[in-house]
Amino acid sequence: MSKDLILLEHISKSYDGQMILDDLSLSIHENSFVTLLGPSGCGKTTTLRILGGFETPDSGKVVFDGKDITGLAPNKRQLNTVFQKYALFTHLDIAENIAFGLKIKNKSKSYIDDKIKYALKLVNLEGFEHRMPDSLSGGQQQRIAIARAIVNEPKVLLLDEPLGALDLKLRQDMQYELIRLKNELGITFLYVTHDQEEALTMSDHIVVMNQGYIQQEGSPEKIYNEPENAFVADFIGDSNIIPATMVRDELVEILGAKFACVDKDFGENKPVDVVIRPEDVELVSPEKGTLTGEVTHIIFKGVHYEMTVQAGGFEWLVHSTRMSAPGTKVGITVDPFNIQIMNRPASEDEEAISENA
Amino acid sequence: MLKSAKTSRLLASPYLAWAFIFILVPLGMILYYGLTDDAGAFTLQNITYIAKPAYFKSLLLALELGVISTVICFLLAYPLGMILAGMKLGRHEFILTLFILPMWMNFLLRTLTWMTLLERKGVLNDILGLLHLPPVYIINTPAAIVIGMVYNFLPFMILPIYNSLSKIDDNVINAARDLGADPLQTFLRVTLPLSVPGIISGITMVFIPALTTFAISAMLGGSKVLLIGNVIEQEFTVAYDWHLGSGMSIILMLFILINMVISSVSDRKEAG
Repeated sequence: MSKDLILLEHISKSYDGQMILDDLSLSIHENSFVTLLGPSGCGKTTTLRILGGFETPDSGKVVFDGKDITGLAPNKRQLNTVFQKYALFTHLDIAENIAFGLKIKNKSKSYIDDKIKYALKLVNLEGFEHRMPDSLSGGQQQRIAIARAIVNEPKVLLLDEPLGALDLKLRQDMQYELIRLKNELGITFLYVTHDQEEALTMSDHIVVMNQGYIQQEGSPEKIYNEPENAFVADFIGDSNIIPATMVRDELVEILGAKFACVDKDFGENKPVDVVIRPEDVELVSPEKGTLTGEVTHIIFKGVHYEMTVQAGGFEWLVHSTRMSAPGTKVGITVDPFNIQIMNRPASEDEEAISENA
Repeated sequence: MLKSAKTSRLLASPYLAWAFIFILVPLGMILYYGLTDDAGAFTLQNITYIAKPAYFKSLLLALELGVISTVICFLLAYPLGMILAGMKLGRHEFILTLFILPMWMNFLLRTLTWMTLLERKGVLNDILGLLHLPPVYIINTPAAIVIGMVYNFLPFMILPIYNSLSKIDDNVINAARDLGADPLQTFLRVTLPLSVPGIISGITMVFIPALTTFAISAMLGGSKVLLIGNVIEQEFTVAYDWHLGSGMSIILMLFILINMVISSVSDRKEAG
């Protein structure tokens, strides 16, 4: 059991009367890769800035390694940040950029030189010491920004959408790079992104945020397979979110048809939402289906076909490697394990608050 | 391709003609007059005249007042630039406008106003009299000239400095703090060096007009304080000695050239 390195306790923050974070509490384990995931304006960057010391929360406490650092200046904190758009010092060369923090701390010249060498090797940019930041590509600048942060041996590296400005291919390469770095350094990474794929690929632990509240946190598998509410289900990957009725334990009525499921304790004849991932919808011949419908659209996506099926008055999104032409009558079945039941919130407000309790 | 090159040459021709008639020709004339005597023979006498005490003194004083004015402008403009750059969008525009507004008024009129303010029986001494304070005699001293120059040239220092400061990404400052720099270290190691291009163009835009001014010194310095600009003006308009006036102008141009070389070298360094 690893210990909690960072504790955020009841953090609230508002700008110009607009609530950005509302009573947010979060703990981050040592040596984990934690991702704050959410749409823009959900409060994830503000959370990171509060941790970095660039914002002070209106109320609440930031505890780092057992000490309250809520009011501590950024330069006194044992963590370093990799900023969006790199924020390199354009008047200094690469070596001077990386040495910036070490020179402030009055480290010896030989120590600094060793560190620069080590950091450049770590980010695969050996020999770049005397280049200027402007002469580097976006991906290279991002690596230097990471090198500049890690030479200070922080216990936590904060990363604020560091890959946002890169193109898709580079972004995927950098994802593997970051996982490798995290494992080599053995420190905690706190990563902020709005890209769910990035979050799923890299994280040990994902915190899904929306409107200043934590919607759900857990491992990538748990977040993907067992979303606790419609927001999470919708934000993480594609999904079919369908209003349904929990008839009794392990039986749910979806669009008039009864499906076996594995969830219990929702009560009897209780209105719920079910989430079914498009790849979990199985298309069979009409007579074998729990529900029957008709394929309306099909798109080839490379790995699979993306189809929409009109069935039971609902437009189902289906991913399958086998194609069914539009107009084909099909049956729909779903494996009981692949039906995720969620309590249906009574209102939008409750939807936001329910996961914060 | 050929056609468009032809077109662009055609479109550029009025400007080239302008540059030729109003920049190159006068420059050539100054060089000609400066390096010849009345008989049209080549001489360096007009240039070496600068060594005469009266002329040398006016050059030294112009340099001294120019440097003092530039330094004062810088000290006033830099903090203001920082405050403006730190302000939220929209609010800084109002304050910038306040500083630029006087520039819409005629330069001579603005300087004339300072005459009225600083005169022996001027507005400033009236106010001091009302407060039962002793009057001050600033008009016709170098101090009056410095006041006039700072007032007139300050916006030329503020704008480039504000411009370069506002271009610095907040996260670059945050990054310095994040890496352990305290606010003073952040300023000295990041903010100041990143604003050097603005500082240099500000210095150039204040120092050169300050060095060459003759209107401000004529109005606020009276006939008692002569700057090299006044000497040149008098050679042309009073003594009608175009040769000597041109010679002095060449000296002044050398200083301007030195200033521009320094600023372009540091600009190129900045560009990497």
